[in-house]
Amino acid sequence: MSLRSNDAPETGAFFGRDRTWHSPALTPGYKTSILRAPQRALLSLDGTLSETTGPVFGHGMIGEQDNDLIHNFAKPGESAIGERIVVHGRVIDERGSPVRGALLEFWQANAGGRYRHKKETYLAALDPNFGGCGRTICDDDGHYAFRTVRPGAYPWPNGVNDWRPAHIHFSVFGHGFAQRLITQMYFEGDPMIWKCPIVNTIPDKAAIEQLIAPLDWNNTIPMDARAYRFDIVLRGRRSTLFENRLEGN
Amino acid sequence: MLRSIDVLKETPSQTAGPYVHIGLMPNSCGIEGVYADDLGSVMVNDKTLGERIAISGRIFDGAQTPVRDAVLEIWQADHAGLYNSPSERRGTADPNFTGWGRSATAAEDGVFRFETIKPGRVPFKDGRMMAPHITLWIVARGINIGLHTRLYFPEEAEANAVDPLLLRIEHRARVETMIATRKGQDYTFDIHLQGPSETVFLDI
Repeated sequence: MSLRSNDAPETGAFFGRDRTWHSPALTPGYKTSILRAPQRALLSLDGTLSETTGPVFGHGMIGEQDNDLIHNFAKPGESAIGERIVVHGRVIDERGSPVRGALLEFWQANAGGRYRHKKETYLAALDPNFGGCGRTICDDDGHYAFRTVRPGAYPWPNGVNDWRPAHIHFSVFGHGFAQRLITQMYFEGDPMIWKCPIVNTIPDKAAIEQLIAPLDWNNTIPMDARAYRFDIVLRGRRSTLFENRLEGN
Repeated sequence: MLRSIDVLKETPSQTAGPYVHIGLMPNSCGIEGVYADDLGSVMVNDKTLGERIAISGRIFDGAQTPVRDAVLEIWQADHAGLYNSPSERRGTADPNFTGWGRSATAAEDGVFRFETIKPGRVPFKDGRMMAPHITLWIVARGINIGLHTRLYFPEEAEANAVDPLLLRIEHRARVETMIATRKGQDYTFDIHLQGPSETVFLDI
């Protein structure tokens, strides 16, 4: 990504993270967190250059099929099995500005709820034409889109009968390392969302709803694929007011 | 009526889960051919300036068991203390060094490893110099929101003693948890999620 000449450089520190909006580290309903949750207070500090800066990924590194999970692992002329969907949206910050050039990486189970991973033991079948990974870079408006199949729900060992609702994992790089985020997207109308111990690590219902992508009927492609809309909000930056710098906004 | 300041809420984090490798390093977990390389797997080339170093370590959970399904990312300045980022306004960083790397803890023994260069010093907000350091970010199954910490260098005792971040650590015995150990060019940095030697994690 190259900055346009009329862009003010982004040098401000990020807004403090609202840790009551996110899951706490220790969430006993999600058992694995019990031995992996730090127990001491985090050291809170305003961001320094080490956090306000971040790596840049160029559009040049993205291959033609990187955002097409239906085809990027399939044999020539074949495609993944499942309900064809398009997932799209914008990556913006807490101030509403687009995060242009943001790198998104996503991964998911196949239509039967099976991941292509050596640790995966679920009895659902692998799809020989589905790998389950994709990536893309947001345009100047923060917009992104990819094509995939709707992932299946699957059981996991936590409670005796816990199931993950259908979901897609997202990894997001904004412009500063402090914005680094991994999250999961769910599908509108899925009753399993509210039964999931991982979803329920998030204390606020409105925060959970931020992870649920509505069906986007207007952008559904007739005779091809339904569309789901998932907007992602990253931490916003402070204006560099009174902070010993000439630039700012 | 009081006008509200319109600020959106950050998208909540969710755990990276056990299959994070599919998304972040697919070639390493058997999904070959979708991407040419796994991002962040190589940090230096022949032209990169600076002293070559290697960093390895393990992440221990509260039962002192190595975590074998984590992914770590590091972010650091170049040899001269400049970040390769548009937000870096002090100069131009070494074009042969992105400063960013990604590694998984091995499924067998839980060891992660980065081959990089030793970073230069970077100023704190008030102009004081921070000691050379590398920023780490850790995600895994069971970790609901990525953990930030820093690695500092044991041979920099003088700079570490005046580092503005290390000075903020109230319990001085915990400073050690952010300082690697060294053998030649090989550094070891073990991370403890819980217990008496719990690593200092940052809200930054």
